[in-house]
Amino acid sequence: MSTEPTRAGSNVSLRERAYRIRRNALLMGEVQGQGYIAQALGISDVLAVSYFHALRYKPEDPEWEGRDRFCLSIGHYAIALYAALIEAGILPEDELTSYGGDDSRLPMSGMAAYTPGMEITGGSLGHGLGIAVGMALGLKRKQSDSFVYNLFSDGELDEGSTWEAAMSAGSHKLDNLIGIVDVNGMQADGASRGVLDFEPLAPKFEAFNWFVCRVDGNDIDAVVAAFDAARNHTGPQPRIVICDTRMGKGVPFLEQRERNHFLRVEPDEWQQALKILDEGRGQ
Amino acid sequence: MRRSKYEKPAPRQGGGLKTSAMIASLAGPDQRTRAAPFGHALVELAKSRPDLVGLSADLAKYTDLHIFAQAHPDRFYQMGMAEQLLMSAAAGLAREGFTPIATTYAVFAARRAYDFICLAIAEESLNVKIACALPGLTTGYGPSHQATEDVAIFRGMPNMTIIDPCDAHEIEQVVPAMVAYQGPVYLRLLRGNVPLVLDEYGYTFEWGKAKTIRDGRDVLIISSGLMTMRALEVAQALGDDRIDVAVLHVPTIKPLDEATILAEARKDGRLVVVAENHTVIGGLGEAVAGLLMRNGVMPDRGFRQVGLPDEFLDAGALPTLHDRYGISTEAMARSIREWL
Repeated sequence: MSTEPTRAGSNVSLRERAYRIRRNALLMGEVQGQGYIAQALGISDVLAVSYFHALRYKPEDPEWEGRDRFCLSIGHYAIALYAALIEAGILPEDELTSYGGDDSRLPMSGMAAYTPGMEITGGSLGHGLGIAVGMALGLKRKQSDSFVYNLFSDGELDEGSTWEAAMSAGSHKLDNLIGIVDVNGMQADGASRGVLDFEPLAPKFEAFNWFVCRVDGNDIDAVVAAFDAARNHTGPQPRIVICDTRMGKGVPFLEQRERNHFLRVEPDEWQQALKILDEGRGQ
Repeated sequence: MRRSKYEKPAPRQGGGLKTSAMIASLAGPDQRTRAAPFGHALVELAKSRPDLVGLSADLAKYTDLHIFAQAHPDRFYQMGMAEQLLMSAAAGLAREGFTPIATTYAVFAARRAYDFICLAIAEESLNVKIACALPGLTTGYGPSHQATEDVAIFRGMPNMTIIDPCDAHEIEQVVPAMVAYQGPVYLRLLRGNVPLVLDEYGYTFEWGKAKTIRDGRDVLIISSGLMTMRALEVAQALGDDRIDVAVLHVPTIKPLDEATILAEARKDGRLVVVAENHTVIGGLGEAVAGLLMRNGVMPDRGFRQVGLPDEFLDAGALPTLHDRYGISTEAMARSIREWL
């Protein structure tokens, strides 16, 4: 499935899309010399499936009323979302080198007012799911058939507001809301489960009346199947796709770094990383 | 200093006032009131504004939003006792083109949900109206419910408009005005049986405007919210002693009507007193003080503040507490006599 063409009129595979998203992210990371590059590499497969399989949107009209909403709760993952938005044709590729610079439309932490295609301002963690609940309620009021996707992280499971929103979405039976949790196992202070143990996670959301899928977030076929299951589920309940991902995925020497929440990458390593990525292309 | 909890209080003569007696209303025994003016004004406005939706965090009944919820059950969202979610979801609804009215108590909005109001709503000037009961010292429940610093908190938030209405007459006019305004608003709500005062003065609310309710030669009281009602009572009481008191009502605390306040404060021969139902730190008093100082204005007979002390306040009956902390009519009149 991952080698099949995606979106109408395209013959580019999801695997190729994921490669290009990773490549865009590495090029942006090189501009700053450091950053949330391990998260970006880890979530690229999920973003490829989101933007080239699941989401309904018009690249030339990011605020098209009929679009599915994609909320980035984890503001520091902006580097990954910009990479996907560039690949999706929502952002121009030539702005990539402005990432994190003065007057750029691509600030380090994602903000709705700065960037076309950025639905919300994330970054103060634990906001996204609650905002997504309000958007889902609003879409229902408008009798829209659009979905709200909210991408958040295992670290955000520490925030009480995430659970306020989770309980509310279940209680309000928001069947137009799809949560995506990136379980990459790493937070600012160390391993996520060492910071605060959130497992067992799937039963928690089930107990809050969500439809739950859990997959390897770097297995594109599995992610496609889970996204389809979430969208096509007929129960009157919100849906969540828990994605176990690997930080730094696709660049083994970055995957192996122990403290990789905010990666420092040496100047010569960026080209090395791009080269490794290129070698893995199409495999 | 609060008394030790191991010290038994002396029995009170006649039993004293009860905490619960004044939760529901600020009105004196013979005062004219109107029931739930906020809720009824919303119901009226909802007829012409299909975008209006209401949300509450398990306090619809105590913010008069239940009136709206009963009239328009399909336009009311119960968000549960979850203020962070209340504000985030309101932001989400505003993003989808609705005009959400989010209600809770002032303490919970100001303290518990601050980050969510700041980032999810104010940062992008989303069209959310936050209406909060129990602003300042309007309950005897103690610091858990007394929002003595709510204005200070919201004044520091860019894009946020702060409205502090005096009475039912004003609330009825504020509701359509704040919904007509595009952007976030924090409303210090008076609920239940709300006093009716300003109609007798021919007053009309105007967005962003301070208004002279009565003129006077000796003292200018600049006030907002329920303190304007008190200021008018003080003016009456001091008038009996031939002290002539002007009252300038400032319902829009942010942005401040600087031109009107400066023009009034520059008038000769007066003591300027700012009266607010709020701590003296960071509220209307310091806003006016800063304004006067930046413009080199020092009133002829000095500048004073009537407001709550920088303390966690006592629990008890509201009239007792208002008197204890200097914001009752009698206490304010006493202070002004001393200052003159």
